[in-house]
Amino acid sequence: MAIFGYIVRRILTGIVVIWLVSTAAFFLFFARPVATVARELAGHAATPQVINEVINNLGLNQPIMTQYWHFLDGLVHGNLGYSYFTQEPVDTMLKQDLPPTVSLVIGGMILWLIVGFTAGIISATRARSLFDRTTNVLVLIGLSMPVFVIGELLIWLVFQPLYSHGFTWINTGYSGISSGVGSFFGHMLLPWITLAAVQAAIYTRLSRGQLLEVLGEDYIRTARAKGLPERRVLFRHAVRAALTPVVSQLGVDVGQLLGGVVVVEVVFGLGGIGQVSVQAVYQDNLPVIIGFVIIAAVFVVVANIIVDLVYAALDPRVRIT
Amino acid sequence: MSILESSALDAQQAADGQAATRPVEGHSQWQLTWRRLRSDRVSMIALGVIIIMVILAIIAPAFAAITGHGVNTAYPIQGENDAGNPVGPGVNGFWLGTDSTGRDLFVRILYGARISLFVGVVTTLIATVVGVAVGLMAGYFGGIIDTILGRFTDAVLAFPYVILALALAVVFRPSLTIILAVIAFFSWAAIARIVRGQTLAIKEKEYIEAARSLGAGPFRIMFVDILPNLLAPVLVVGTLLIPNAVVFEATLSYLGLGIQPPTPSWGNMLADASNFYQVAWWYLAFPALFLLITTLAFNLLGDGIRDAMDPRTERLIAARRMRQRRARDRKRAADAGQGPAIPDTVNG
Repeated sequence: MAIFGYIVRRILTGIVVIWLVSTAAFFLFFARPVATVARELAGHAATPQVINEVINNLGLNQPIMTQYWHFLDGLVHGNLGYSYFTQEPVDTMLKQDLPPTVSLVIGGMILWLIVGFTAGIISATRARSLFDRTTNVLVLIGLSMPVFVIGELLIWLVFQPLYSHGFTWINTGYSGISSGVGSFFGHMLLPWITLAAVQAAIYTRLSRGQLLEVLGEDYIRTARAKGLPERRVLFRHAVRAALTPVVSQLGVDVGQLLGGVVVVEVVFGLGGIGQVSVQAVYQDNLPVIIGFVIIAAVFVVVANIIVDLVYAALDPRVRIT
Repeated sequence: MSILESSALDAQQAADGQAATRPVEGHSQWQLTWRRLRSDRVSMIALGVIIIMVILAIIAPAFAAITGHGVNTAYPIQGENDAGNPVGPGVNGFWLGTDSTGRDLFVRILYGARISLFVGVVTTLIATVVGVAVGLMAGYFGGIIDTILGRFTDAVLAFPYVILALALAVVFRPSLTIILAVIAFFSWAAIARIVRGQTLAIKEKEYIEAARSLGAGPFRIMFVDILPNLLAPVLVVGTLLIPNAVVFEATLSYLGLGIQPPTPSWGNMLADASNFYQVAWWYLAFPALFLLITTLAFNLLGDGIRDAMDPRTERLIAARRMRQRRARDRKRAADAGQGPAIPDTVNG
């Protein structure tokens, strides 16, 4: 079973990457003087005794290699440590903050794939038409817009006018799917559009470029020459081959985004991995930052493995060895 | 392309047909690229916008002097209305209005342009130098060096970069140096990948073997023989890295971990403006507009350079010229009321 060995090998290298990332994160964040951290935790009015106590409780006075050993030991046993502030286990926090992030990424992804593929396929089949030119301009605008500008503009031009006229279905903040499907969609609509706007631009450009290249290949000419209808040539022969690189891009993007869609979450106040880790950064909450960085790295590594497997399934030329 | 130019071209081609003795001129790749780029109107406009933006950024103090408004000076009397809110564009000599503390928005936007352009260009230069060096070494030496550098590149790309960038900004306190370092750190890998791939292909060429047999050392081969041949893709990726860096800086500053107020940056202005869009639309609109125009111009120029470097573009331009010429000929023929129109084989 070549594929089994391949997966095992990929998982092992994945673990090495995650170890590298977590070690880098650990030494980077613990490189700060412990007294600074302890003083911020204990408050401005803290006496030296209190600060010492905080340092002792957190185990910050131990040699850094001992701390690193504890950290690795916990990591292997699935223990990501405890928040400095609430003493809450980091894995519990992660489980709580995952739903907004996952809803945002999945919904946004569906939106940007539909828009990106449709626009990309139409542009490629009608290259240099008016539709193609308009799409190109829109794509470039999308690529040039920072995510937070799109979000702020949507709040200013869509949410605010509607809300002030009593149309409160479209809202900011997060409302779980358990508290009503309607309100869930109302809260997620603008974040989805914001996330999808930039991504759709990238995917339109990518799928258009790939499809144009594929449509110039000899086997497309062969397919046309043997009299296949254009629709069949396009969807059975061309699109399938053009989409494989897009799929690999998709895996990387989703992996990265699951690790923290910081800006969209902050603009719309969704909570979620990204926003919580930004808060942790503001608070110097080291275990939380490191835990979230590791989880994000895991998402990226897993996404990469899945992408390579899907790639092999889609493209018969790729052999897994 | 203007009609004047194209008719001049026609005349020249006609002359060529009569006397084919004109010596053939050789053009280097860069000359060809520049010629194609110059005939692309969109790229030229984008270049113009970038130049204007750079000039505005450089002479920002002049505008501060003309308007008499310091960049960080608040004008609570003229710059705010009775409710204490910002005044709109054109009021009391504030060309684009004022911000939340009654400072001149236009002057601050121009000073913000200095930061954005500086960060965009400097980080791209750093990322390019590092990326080229890493990519060349990984591609040329291969083996264990390639594996280590490859894994390291993977680890950089696996990092959730926004969170790490924020964390770095906090650990080392936000400053311009940290912003430059963070953005460069996340930009070099893209260049390194492309350079590595190109190096792998180029190092198998005969002229590299020739250089080696002449006794050239690995570093001479890398920098003298290989590097000039991969400048084109590096230039394209580099141009497209600039708008990314501008957006990255704005995002960091928007999240409060980039340029710290009162120093103006488009990002921290927009963050503040998001609290005032109901009373001062201009505060959100103008910095966003400047930011968008700048990044759009760089993206358009980068696209244009990429197209201009692609030899296939020459054919596209030629086809377009031919189409235009045929259309003109057809029109002329129709105007003169002569015979059947010339069939348009290019469009058909």
